[in-house]
Amino acid sequence: MNKTKKSVLSALTALMLSTTASAADTIKIAFIDPLSGPFAATGENAFHLFQYAVDAVVNDQGGVLDGDTFEIVGLDNKISATETLIHLQTAIDDGVRYIVQGQSSGVAAALIDAINKHNRRNPDQQVLFLNYAAVDPALTNDACSFWHFSFDANSDLKMDALTDVIADSPELTSAYLINQDYSFGRAVAASATSMLADKRPDITIAGDEVHPIGQVKDFTPYARKIVSSGADFVITGAWGADMYGLGTSLIANGFTGPIYTYYAAASGITAGFGEAGKGSLFIIAEGQTNPPASDEAEQYVAGFKEAFPGENFTLARTSNVIRMLAAAINEAGTATDVVAVANALEGLEIENPFGGTLYMRPDNHQVIQDVHVMAHTDEGVTNSLDGSPYGLLVSDSIVAAGRDSATTCEMDRP
Amino acid sequence: MDLILVNLIDGLVTGLLLFMLSAGLTLIFSMMGVLNFAHASFYMLGAYFGYQISQYMGFWMALLFAPIIVGIFGAGVERYGLRRVHQHGHVAELIFTFGLALLIEEAVQFFWGKSQVPFMVPEALDFALFSISGNAIPAYKVFMIFIAIGIFAGLLYVLTKTRIGMIIQAALSFPRTVEALGHNVPLIFMCVFGVGTALAAVAGVIAGPVLGTFPGMAFVLGSIVFVTIVIGGLGSLWGALFASLLIGWMTTFAASYNVGLADILTAIGISKPADMANSPWRDFWQITLSQIGPILPYLLMVLTLIFRPHGLFRKGGL
Repeated sequence: MNKTKKSVLSALTALMLSTTASAADTIKIAFIDPLSGPFAATGENAFHLFQYAVDAVVNDQGGVLDGDTFEIVGLDNKISATETLIHLQTAIDDGVRYIVQGQSSGVAAALIDAINKHNRRNPDQQVLFLNYAAVDPALTNDACSFWHFSFDANSDLKMDALTDVIADSPELTSAYLINQDYSFGRAVAASATSMLADKRPDITIAGDEVHPIGQVKDFTPYARKIVSSGADFVITGAWGADMYGLGTSLIANGFTGPIYTYYAAASGITAGFGEAGKGSLFIIAEGQTNPPASDEAEQYVAGFKEAFPGENFTLARTSNVIRMLAAAINEAGTATDVVAVANALEGLEIENPFGGTLYMRPDNHQVIQDVHVMAHTDEGVTNSLDGSPYGLLVSDSIVAAGRDSATTCEMDRP
Repeated sequence: MDLILVNLIDGLVTGLLLFMLSAGLTLIFSMMGVLNFAHASFYMLGAYFGYQISQYMGFWMALLFAPIIVGIFGAGVERYGLRRVHQHGHVAELIFTFGLALLIEEAVQFFWGKSQVPFMVPEALDFALFSISGNAIPAYKVFMIFIAIGIFAGLLYVLTKTRIGMIIQAALSFPRTVEALGHNVPLIFMCVFGVGTALAAVAGVIAGPVLGTFPGMAFVLGSIVFVTIVIGGLGSLWGALFASLLIGWMTTFAASYNVGLADILTAIGISKPADMANSPWRDFWQITLSQIGPILPYLLMVLTLIFRPHGLFRKGGL
């Protein structure tokens, strides 16, 4: 009896081992961003974009390495740093090696700190942080980390591109800066002031103010102040309800000049602005969708709209994250040794179907890509937003924005 | 001078909007003895129903029907929900309304999605009525003022000059006695709750196009409404009006003038630190009024609670 049991057991074990050895692994990626609460709209949209990217870029193309597939898991952090850290631990315990996050620079900073500590204390369980949207410049300067990679041009790079465009517009002579009162808002204001002074010292700053984030119910007094200041153009990094309120208030109170924003699109904002935003609303961002940068890009967008009907295609950089991660894993030859993957990822340069090339700067882990000033309009728009006829049309492009920009990053490398 | 007039009008609009929300809440408080956490959610429901009805029947029908629908729903919540929970005490009622708020927020996202919906100002009112030294006053704002004043006048009239109003006032203060006199007090409570939520819904239909109709709108306004009734005095209608207008004017005037804290402090006589860049007080000195404007009401609430805890007006002073 014992002998038969033993032989049956060993046969079974051999069978199990052989099957697991030949099975393709799933490489888990954790997406930690708000999926409920007031910021759920943007969080869920980004999550769907990542789900699509994982399938379209990797899984449907045969996967990476030996046919390993990517799997993206959504974890709701309700935009809170504490919840994020709890999810980080859960994800790590679940075997996740790649963390994706972007909504809120505050949360990103907390994540970098936590991941630095974790990776130092647990060298066999290290993780990488792929940041797709948190653009506080500190994250690739003073607060930089070997484990962190930023896939969106940081706010300084975007401001650099924007001020290049403004510098070429001689009719703009007076600026008004209004931002949300937190790290990112203040970074936008600071970089705008210094870069405008640098490139067009003749431009006066008619006003530079901040307001508490998410607290202002009625932007009318701010809008009146801006209109009466005589400013030609407005620069704001506001997003969400604040952006909508500020923008509509400005236009309703008779401001006719260009409003340069970072985030005035999608999530109902484009539909809300509609006709009123045409000719005045501009956004500085990456990811050219109108006109389509290539056939591949057009097909990618069409595929996303088919997979997620009714959703906006907003963040082309979600495909960049997956594309670069897959390339780095293939080059490193492993998905579990994240140090090797990170070394492969920095310095990586690949084509971007949405225009230009993607280059990961090794000194501060900032992706260098083309940045565009886009106009809110309904003319020439094939990829529209919010089910309205309006979308974003590229009006100016800065190629490889920030490739040689200075950085104060001093990375501790493993 | 002209700018002051413009700010007075803007502040009046904000204040009256707050009043429509807080009037219902304060009435419900004087009836239930518990704060209704779901009140801002009824405001949101009003905005969404208003949007939906306006898609089919236009804005004016929406303004008429959305509050009625929400009022009936509110009355139903009182009759079938709160009344059952009431016997278990105040904490149970609070938690019930809190849960209701969460439920309504999720339901709204379920039916209308998580993004903002394009609820627009009706074309008939989408123009500037008049200008004061270049600042346009939209006709829609004037409309908001008149609706709010009309509602307040109507409410005051019903509560003070009509028989039913007398009974309601009495029932809010001494329900047992009024019941003993033969009146249907539970019905009165149901109607008060219904009217209170209908008021919130009117505010929603009117404010939806201006402040944006999105699932977070209840969360954004919820806290300031509580601040308003705490400052005004829980249960007092005049208090709600006074506090709403005060907050409306305070936030509007604060946002308009870039008066720095530095100017105020030096005017009092406190001298600026010599080395500003390295001073630990640097951020404090650089605060401007427009930067902290939206949080001034909270500061006022803290001061009220310290010096006059029952609010500016007592309950029972209507």
